[in-house]
Amino acid sequence: MNTHASMVTTRSGASIATRRLSKSFNGTTVLHPTDLEIPAGQILVLLGPSGCGKTTLLRLIAGLEQPDGPDMIRFDGEDVSGVPIEKRNVGMVFQSYALFPNMTVAENVGYGLKVRKVERAQREAETRRLLALVGLEEYADRRISAVSGGQRQRTALARALAIKPRVLLLDEPLAALDAVLRERLRVEIGLLLREFGITAVYVTHDQAEAMAIGDRIAVMEKGRIAQIGVPKEIYHRPANDFVADFVGTMNRIAGRVENGLLNIHGGETMARLNVGGPDRATTLCFRPEAARLASANGAISARVAATTFFGATQRLVAEVSSECRLQLDLPSNLSVTPGQILAFEIDPAAIIEFQTEA
Amino acid sequence: MRRQWTSTAGIVITALLSLFLVVPVLLSVYAGLAVNYARGPSAGFTLDWVGQVWGLYADTVWRSLVVALLTLVVTLLIGVPGAYALVRKGGRFARAAEEIVTLPVAVPGLALALALILSYGGAGAFRQSTLFVVVGHVLFTLPFMLRAVIAVLETIDWRTLDEGAASLGAPAWRRFIDVILPNVRPGIVAGALTVVTLSIGEFNLTWMMHTPMTKTLPVGLADAYASMRLEIASAYTIVFLVMVIPLLIGVQLVADFTQNRTAS
Repeated sequence: MNTHASMVTTRSGASIATRRLSKSFNGTTVLHPTDLEIPAGQILVLLGPSGCGKTTLLRLIAGLEQPDGPDMIRFDGEDVSGVPIEKRNVGMVFQSYALFPNMTVAENVGYGLKVRKVERAQREAETRRLLALVGLEEYADRRISAVSGGQRQRTALARALAIKPRVLLLDEPLAALDAVLRERLRVEIGLLLREFGITAVYVTHDQAEAMAIGDRIAVMEKGRIAQIGVPKEIYHRPANDFVADFVGTMNRIAGRVENGLLNIHGGETMARLNVGGPDRATTLCFRPEAARLASANGAISARVAATTFFGATQRLVAEVSSECRLQLDLPSNLSVTPGQILAFEIDPAAIIEFQTEA
Repeated sequence: MRRQWTSTAGIVITALLSLFLVVPVLLSVYAGLAVNYARGPSAGFTLDWVGQVWGLYADTVWRSLVVALLTLVVTLLIGVPGAYALVRKGGRFARAAEEIVTLPVAVPGLALALALILSYGGAGAFRQSTLFVVVGHVLFTLPFMLRAVIAVLETIDWRTLDEGAASLGAPAWRRFIDVILPNVRPGIVAGALTVVTLSIGEFNLTWMMHTPMTKTLPVGLADAYASMRLEIASAYTIVFLVMVIPLLIGVQLVADFTQNRTAS
């Protein structure tokens, strides 16, 4: 009772810190030593392809896996590495929901409170409040098998929030839903998490979901965090090739910079691009939307291979040379036909250059 | 046309087979009610034989029910948590354990009984009690309970259910009771049905293990066949059927009921 009452007052959850957190299974390292700081109330998205270690990192924070060493995970500065999940007070939303088929929607949501011996009246009131929050009041007495996938996901979320967890952990919560529902729930979950102001770690392989939900995104690759930052940073200033390709579409132009101008290898006309800096061999990267039409002078020319209509914009596949194909987003009212030669330029501020290995 | 021909043939074959199996049962019932089996129906019908059987063997009927019930309780207590433990553990060890537990089904009941008598025959009071028979029945029926529960556990995502309940703060025992048990109920019911019917009908093992004071129904039946007139032995069959059929129907109803509840 008392512990529950005190939990109600803490609205923002705990901060999470990992220190050299690592995990190996049977000698295979799944997560390399990782330092991570998540301030109280922040939503961090772990983004990456399958097998990158994002789910392992989440399960370590949850207490469903044991880290390789002691004192590697702290909540609000308190070491929780040895605390089992049932005592860690974390809310968990699973990809497969993990709802109890033998209970109704309301019983599922109230289960954590029942375990905590919260009085029946208070438990029912709290359950009703959470069901209202996720728009499921009418479904309270339905069995889990009698509600839709989206409603199950909301039930799982309400159930995890009901226990006033110190941190909320979500493992690909929308992966099992169809595209339309996924997009809608993505927005709803983002709003709900911010309303609760709870510290949350959200695992996904969907970059659009990551952008929509995360205060910060940690892009993971092969058991390591490749880059961590706010969504805009990840998108506009990717730390390496992997991040650049995983998040959004990235174009690459290889060439040589001489006197501050880029000469493109194999261009039909020797295209030149003003980039500055010392002479070097390099690859320049830019997003499709950084391109704009230009007068032939001082621009890159390319042959249009295909166009796709997107509504406000159209995406062009354009060949600068046989090795260099680019994707360009241009206004859709522009009339372009395949085969046409196009002159375009790139917003210099949007050009990204990674260190080229010698 | 062709399909009709095969389905008609199917019905005929099924009917003949059913008849082949049902006729002996009907004949037994008839023999138990006939005044004199050898003289045929003209001699008339009577319930005297049934009355005599009840007078002579009523205790074996009750003992069989008690043995079946105790066997069921023990197999539930060992079998259900055991099945969960084996599935959780997984791997080679679990498979080996399952094989070993299943052995008593493959070993002839007589050999199993002999082994039990050799081991515990010296313990007088235990050897002479009904509990001794129960131990034999548990050894024989436990694998059926284990298998039934394991089969259902393998179809549900027990690991995620367990993790879900753990994340909500439930300790291990509570997760087992609140979440695992209700979701393996169909397996428990199926296992219980098998255990009870096997225990009530078990003869092999029990015949070897029983004492004059611990006769079960099938052992009494063998007794009657060996030492009484045919009509009494047949009347005994009637008692057995009257006892077992409602029991089987009852357990099946319970099974259907729980199935419907989980399905809806």
